This record gives sequence, C-alpha cells and structure tokens, in this order.
Amino acid sequence: MRNEPILTVTAPAFTLPDANVDTDQIIPARFLTTTERGALGGACFHDWRFHGDGSKKDHRLNDIPHGEVRILVAGHNFGCGSSREHAPWALKDFGFRAVVTTRAADIFRSNALKNGLVICEIDEASHAALMDRDGLEMTIDVAAGQIIAGNITARFVLDRFARTCLIEGVDPMGYILAQGEAIARFEADRAA
Amino acid sequence: MPSPSRTLFDKVWDAHVVTPEREDAPALIYVDLHLIHEVTSPQAFAELDARSLSVRRPDLTYATLDHSTPTTPRAAGARPVYASAAARHQVETMEANCRRHAIRLAGWDSADRGIVHVIGPELGLTQPGQTIVCGDSHTSTHGAFGALAFGIGTTEVGHVLATQCLLQRKPKTMRVHVDGELRVGVGAKDLIVAIIAELGAGGAAGHVIEYAGPAIEALSMEERMTVCNMSIEAGARAGMIAPDETTFRYLQGRAHAPKGAAFEAAKARWAQLRSDAGAVFDAEVRLDASRLAPMITWGDSPDMAAPVDSSPPAPSTARMTEALAYMGFKPGEALMGEKIDAVFIGSCTNARLSDLREAASVMAGRCVKPGVRMLVVPGSEAVKRAAEAEGLDAIFRTAGAEWREPGCSMCIAMNGDSGRPGELIVSTSNRNFAGRQGQGVRTVLASPATAAASAVAGAIADPRRILEASHAQ
Repeated sequence: MRNEPILTVTAPAFTLPDANVDTDQIIPARFLTTTERGALGGACFHDWRFHGDGSKKDHRLNDIPHGEVRILVAGHNFGCGSSREHAPWALKDFGFRAVVTTRAADIFRSNALKNGLVICEIDEASHAALMDRDGLEMTIDVAAGQIIAGNITARFVLDRFARTCLIEGVDPMGYILAQGEAIARFEADRAA
Repeated sequence: MPSPSRTLFDKVWDAHVVTPEREDAPALIYVDLHLIHEVTSPQAFAELDARSLSVRRPDLTYATLDHSTPTTPRAAGARPVYASAAARHQVETMEANCRRHAIRLAGWDSADRGIVHVIGPELGLTQPGQTIVCGDSHTSTHGAFGALAFGIGTTEVGHVLATQCLLQRKPKTMRVHVDGELRVGVGAKDLIVAIIAELGAGGAAGHVIEYAGPAIEALSMEERMTVCNMSIEAGARAGMIAPDETTFRYLQGRAHAPKGAAFEAAKARWAQLRSDAGAVFDAEVRLDASRLAPMITWGDSPDMAAPVDSSPPAPSTARMTEALAYMGFKPGEALMGEKIDAVFIGSCTNARLSDLREAASVMAGRCVKPGVRMLVVPGSEAVKRAAEAEGLDAIFRTAGAEWREPGCSMCIAMNGDSGRPGELIVSTSNRNFAGRQGQGVRTVLASPATAAASAVAGAIADPRRILEASHAQ
C-alpha cells in the first residue's frame, strides 16, 4: 500500500496566534462517538464557530469558503491535551493541509503526519512574520524543509522518516509489517 | 561510547528495542500491554479489516468500556441507556471487535470493568518495566509502576494491534525531584498541579519525566498514579516512578500479577529498575513539597493554577486575559468564595478508593450546599464495591450527592454527563479546557478534598479548615 505523496503545499495562511490550543478545541469530545473516519469537518473548532443552539458565531473560521484549503499558522504547543486522532482528521476534513507553528504537541504531531497533515515547526522570528500574513498565499516545500511566503523564507526540520513517508507516500504499517522477522525474533528471545 | 549509567527510562526503553533507531528511521519498540477502549479503536480495527490483518497478540491486549458509557444507576442485569445511538453503536462495535479477535473485554457483565487507567493497575496487568500503550493520553498513569506508558493515536493503535510494535524516536528525559513532606490537606493532586504550573503546559514536551525524591517515595501507589496521570498536562511523553516496596506490596496478590516464586523472581528483577547514581537527565527540576498549599486552576489550561487561598495573577499575555474572561475571574480577587454550580469527583486522575475516602472524610456529617449538584463516579466496579463495603456511598448519598456507575463521565463529558453553559464546576479530573465538561462550562481542577469542601460550601473552599479540625481530634 502507498499513500498519495505530498511534495508541496500551496494555500493561503489562516492565522490562530493563541498558544496551547488543545485538541478539545480542535474537536470537542462529544463528536468522538463516531466509528468512522472522515466527515469531521463540521466538528472542526465547532465550539469556536457555533453557539449552543447551532447558530454561527462571529469567528474568522466561518469566513473560509466551503471547500477551500488553508495552511494553519498556529501558536506554540498547538494540539496539546488529548491524543484523539480525530483532531488531525477534523482539520484535514475542514480544509487545512498543513500546520505551521513554533512547536506542535508530541502526540498531535505524530498523528497529523500519519494523516498527511504537514507539520512545520519554525523559529519564533519567522513565525511572528508569518502571523502577519493572514489570508496571503504561502508554499511549503516538504522535501526541502522550506516555507516561502512573500519575501519570507523559513526553514523547518521534519523527522527524516516522517518526511520520507510524506514525499514518497510510504505507508508506516507496511514498513513495520516488513520487519516481521525481527519482531518474531524479539518475541522468541524473550520467551527463551 | 554511551554512558554506563542509565536512567529508569533508558533501562525500560533498551529492553524493548526490536530494531534500533537510525537517522532515517525511528526505533521499533515492542509493546508489552496494549489497553484499548471504545473511542479510539474502531477505526484501527477497520484498518486491520481493510488490509486483511489479524491481531498479532490478543493475549497482550485488554479492552474496557469507559468513555461513551452511561454512569446513571441501573438495576442489576438491566441494559444501559446510552446518551445517543452513536454512543451505543460505538460500544457495540468494541464488543464485536473483541469477540472477533478474541480480545479480553471488561464489558458490561464484568466485575472488572472501569476506567482503563484504573483497572490496568487494579488487575495487576500493569507491571514494572513494561511498555504500555493506549489510545488515550492519560496512559502515563501506569508509569507510577516504573512502566514506560504513553498515549498513542488511532493509526498507532492499528500498528500495535497488527504488529505489537510502534515506531518511536527516543524521547529526552527530565527528573522532577520533590523534597520535603506534603502537609495536611495537601495531596498528590495538589503536588502534580503545582508541578504543571511550574513547568507550563508544554514545558516537558518531548521528555519522559521521572518523579523522584522523598516526597514521591512517601506516596502510596494510588497517589503516584495521580501524579503520573497528569504528566501529559505538562506536555510530557510519559511520567515514571521507580518501583519499590510500596509498588511490590500493591501488586502482590493482584489477579494478573505473578504468583509465588514467580512473584519473588519478578520482584528481584523489578528492584533493578531505578536510575543509576550517575545517570544524566536532559533536564532537572526541583520542588519542595512542604511549601505547597492545595492547588486549584483559575484558567482554561491545567498550568493556570494557584494556591486555593490566593487569586489569579495579573495577565501578562492575551491568552491569559482570554482565559480569565472565560472563567469570569479577576486578577487580585480571591478565588475562594466563588459560587459554584456543580462538583465532579471522578476520572482516571482521582476516582480510586483513596480519593473517595479523602472526599468522604470531608463530606461525613455535612451536606452538599442546596442548589449545587455533586456527582461521585467511582473509577471501576472494584472501586465501587470497595467504597460501598465501607459505607462511602452512604456518606455521599446522605450528603446529597449522586453515586454513579463507573466510567469517565464528566471528565470528558461525551456520555451525557455534562454541565450547562456558564456553569462553574469544581472537578477532580485532569483538564479544564474550555468546553471540556460541556459547551461554555467553566472547570476548576482540584483535589478530592478541595472538591468536597467546595461542595459543602457551595463555593470554592479550602479543605484544610475541615481537615485540620478533624486531624486535631
């Protein structure tokens, strides 16, 4: 099995400067009773976008035209809290293709990269500059580890394996299954 | 040449490397115990089906029902009434997946059912030196036994089901050394919230924390679980405590713990699981337990915490200003005396027998303030039985609290147990994120003693006044 390779992402920026945006904000727990993947775009940042009665709140997220893609420029420690993979699923279903931040929370980063949601962790100065470019187009070159936005160039380092998975479409499950002999040997050694 | 002195974490990690880490690939790590629940596993089983894969080690996998499950009391043998058709479908999917793959399930008819991080230790499934994973960030709880335990996503749940392995980069290590002694009315919850406030919500990101020092060694296993449970709230990958006599005493006689000579052999092995004297940590933090007061949160992130008898700080960031606005608190104004709407005692942080005893010791002979709703949700069927055997349920009921069936309940509020918009809830759970307990609900994290004292006062209250009085008797 191979995933669709992701070499570059080009889209307008959507900025959310708050630090420590947790996965409960990205998708509230009451939407986690699903047993399916997909169709979670409506739940993405739900309580930021909607009142309790379902009417729309005045939030910039509601201004993104349906079906359009964006690159999320988010604050420090984005995706902290719950390990729910529904968070990157919801972000992707909503239309986000990448998250640019100074640091993504560990489990969120791992989950996002497994779902083709590119995570770019960049220095504070470049991050501050990109925060001023809401709505303006930027391009992420995944292989080169580079973001180009206007006259700003920011560098990011992806884990080598995660990068290979993205740009070559490597399927991690297949990669682990291919090590079946090593796993069997480990089990046999322990049983001995 | 690697240092011959190793940390506790290094020792557990090294013993589970199937394929070593390389620059271009993470290590392949073997998993000793895979805990699963209904919320983060269905899509993983579907992935196995789509690839015609089977579960490699059902014998190392253990399932429970806790997140979407109702906690409303029901007659013996009665079927549970779910909050939604989706919740019921999710639980039934878990039951079907376990049947199909021959995975042990602590289901509705089981005396062992409960919150995944409560039952693992209770059943002796959790043991020192193991690698333990679960699609749940509070898996760090099991680190209290000297296990390397951490939360994973659903894709990784699939990896572990199919291969019993995970791809992992070796994290960094941090030692949190706690000197001194906790004072009366100050518990493990206060200690870990103080540590999180010190580190910040992302302060331990990329690290595995080892909690050490006299104040940690003095904790019971249940208290150690409370500490390790909230490691993720500081961003840590996991939290660990070296196993000792307290650990061995807790494990002896548990259903899945080794028995007889095997237990003695295991004990000798487990006793090696401590950081060597010269072991170097990537980061070191020190705290003095004797300086701590009961802690509560004033904002919408667990690191926004302060002593119960203080007031929120003046905001220094826009984020802090927003948090205070959400909570309706003002800097410089006392938190104590803020009127509350509800109290929740439960969750994988604070729903074990000792937590319920702590809350009951405050509630005994007192009443929940009229107009305040109080839910007490034991962490497992076993906790519920033990609490009822010593009459704790009667204390809560007499005081006017609701005594519920085990489950995650109002910690994650996805089973129908939730607050109403605007309500202020004092909660023994682990997250005060905006909307965590229901849209627009404001959560104050606290220890069981502080939560109980607040229920009595109908407002945020300091438990020391009640506890010091009873302690003096």
